[in-house]
Amino acid sequence: MSHSGVNWTALTVFLVFFVLVTVMGFLASRWRRADNAQHLDEWGLGGRSFGTWVTWFLLGGDLYTAYTFVAVPALVYGAGAAGFFAVPYTIIAYPLVFLFLPRLWSVSRVHGYVTPADFVRGRYGSRPLALVVALTGILATMPYIALQLVGIQAVLDVLGVGGSADSNWFVKDLPLFLAFAVLAAYTYSSGLRAPALIAFVKDTLVYLVIIVAVIYIPMRLGGYGAIFDSAAQKFSAPGSKGSLITGPKAQWGYATLAFGSALALFMYPHSVTGVLASRSRNTVRRNMAIMPAYSLMLGLLALLGFMAIAAGVGTGVKGFNPQLSVPQLFENMFPDWFTGVAFAAIGIGALVPAAIMSIAAANLFTRNIYKEFLKPAATPADETKVAKLASLLVKVGALAFVLLMDKQFAINLQLLGGIWILQTFVSIVGGLFTRWFHRWALLAGWAVGMTYGTWKAYGVSSAATKHFGGSSAEIPGIGEIGYIGLTAFVLNVLVTVVLTLVLRAAKVADSVDETSRSDYTAEAPPRPKAADAPEAPEPVAAH
Amino acid sequence: MSSETPAGAQLPVVTPARVLAGLSLLLPVVAMLWVSSYTKATPELGGLPFFYWYQLAWVPASAIFTVAAYLLLRRDEQARKAAAGGASA
Repeated sequence: MSHSGVNWTALTVFLVFFVLVTVMGFLASRWRRADNAQHLDEWGLGGRSFGTWVTWFLLGGDLYTAYTFVAVPALVYGAGAAGFFAVPYTIIAYPLVFLFLPRLWSVSRVHGYVTPADFVRGRYGSRPLALVVALTGILATMPYIALQLVGIQAVLDVLGVGGSADSNWFVKDLPLFLAFAVLAAYTYSSGLRAPALIAFVKDTLVYLVIIVAVIYIPMRLGGYGAIFDSAAQKFSAPGSKGSLITGPKAQWGYATLAFGSALALFMYPHSVTGVLASRSRNTVRRNMAIMPAYSLMLGLLALLGFMAIAAGVGTGVKGFNPQLSVPQLFENMFPDWFTGVAFAAIGIGALVPAAIMSIAAANLFTRNIYKEFLKPAATPADETKVAKLASLLVKVGALAFVLLMDKQFAINLQLLGGIWILQTFVSIVGGLFTRWFHRWALLAGWAVGMTYGTWKAYGVSSAATKHFGGSSAEIPGIGEIGYIGLTAFVLNVLVTVVLTLVLRAAKVADSVDETSRSDYTAEAPPRPKAADAPEAPEPVAAH
Repeated sequence: MSSETPAGAQLPVVTPARVLAGLSLLLPVVAMLWVSSYTKATPELGGLPFFYWYQLAWVPASAIFTVAAYLLLRRDEQARKAAAGGASA
């Protein structure tokens, strides 16, 4: 680290923003307060009332996480073109999900579904299938929350608070601990309204910082031409692992990683939470058209990896952690006060998704494990109580994860999480369009995809780790290197289709489908006046 | 929920508007998955190699195509609603 002491100016600015969003987080419970605050729709989905712009900020704050801000440019810094896959990934994602998210929104609105597993339960009438979808979601989300802490840690490291190897663990992790305690408290009291409100601050800061960074830093480094010249120099040096342009051998990997990640993006429970919280079907559609504004920002952010190379960040530092390349670049380039603003953007950028992810995981636990298996008679008020507690547990779990276990383990698990969550695609998206797939076939397909993906990823080693070192391996039958998650997904589909044919031929009984055709295109019910609806704010089918 | 006839009862499943919307959504996906069409360094734009500015340029382009799909589908849905409403009246 070049900066040995604490950067006080930057730290002060950082703290001011942190206090501001904390106050907002607690006040959020009063924002658009509903009549029936005890319903899980209120705490867990913000009353399903968010319009186009609130949803835009919420989804942007949700999907473009602090870890993304740190990891994507870090990958570009280390490997060059390969790290830029995030751009085609987010370009592909929105046109793709445009096709099925409105249907998921409609059917969830009609039947009061809160989680993707709720939908699977209703559509296929299968408890085991809904359970594996819920468990996969929780499993994929947990390491993702833990990684948000890695994002905050990177910022705190460069600020000079905590993180140094010579202090004891308590002093080292105290700032992180405080940040998460505050986050847990306002998520508990305000639910989804807290991250929705804070997302305004987060996204505004992020846009500001990126726009300033991509104009100001190149001015200091002699323009983009000079930046790419020094990057080309680095990647053409003997022994360099990266390349400036994707080579012919890496193109399959690039495309399959972008495509597979795009398919997986809206299978994550926290993405679904953001979508279901919106007010109408067209709110969802409009958002798919305006979300690319964030993708553009992510693309520009990726370029910061090259700027870090050109600025000489990490040169001569033995074992330099590439995760620190962008925070370090900011500190080297910006005046101290603006470094504080930039770090606040990353720090708050970790809090918003961490809050939404913990709410999504809590919703899954409450609806698909607690109510389904432990206490079927739970009232909506019980559900809300359990979900609030579960959100606390999830966060404590994530914190313990990062503090007690190797950080590399969280990164490995998050890579695996992407592969796993993709295996729920057939049940969820397939179910939105057809009831043809048989529930046992879907379960078998899921199991095959999970097993194959985990087994393949286990066999990948990297410099940092012996197993789970990456997410690409040879695609059987094609011979090119591709994204393991996508190969597993194709296997999953094949198994599901073949077994469905077999089960249908054997006339294995089908289960009850509680949804009907028109549910998938339904609009929001007209808002009932308070006098008409003394009990619930929305008509919700018994489930 | 409402008991009216499901939207689309009067119009065929495949309409020109729906086909066009589908194509608008497909185009950005195909463009991005065709990696070999953009893995080159030249022509540069403002110092950025082709590989980078081409993909960045597709971000706003994909947004425009998605807006087009949205408008096409909204018109299609309104037409369906009108057709269904006209039949039941």
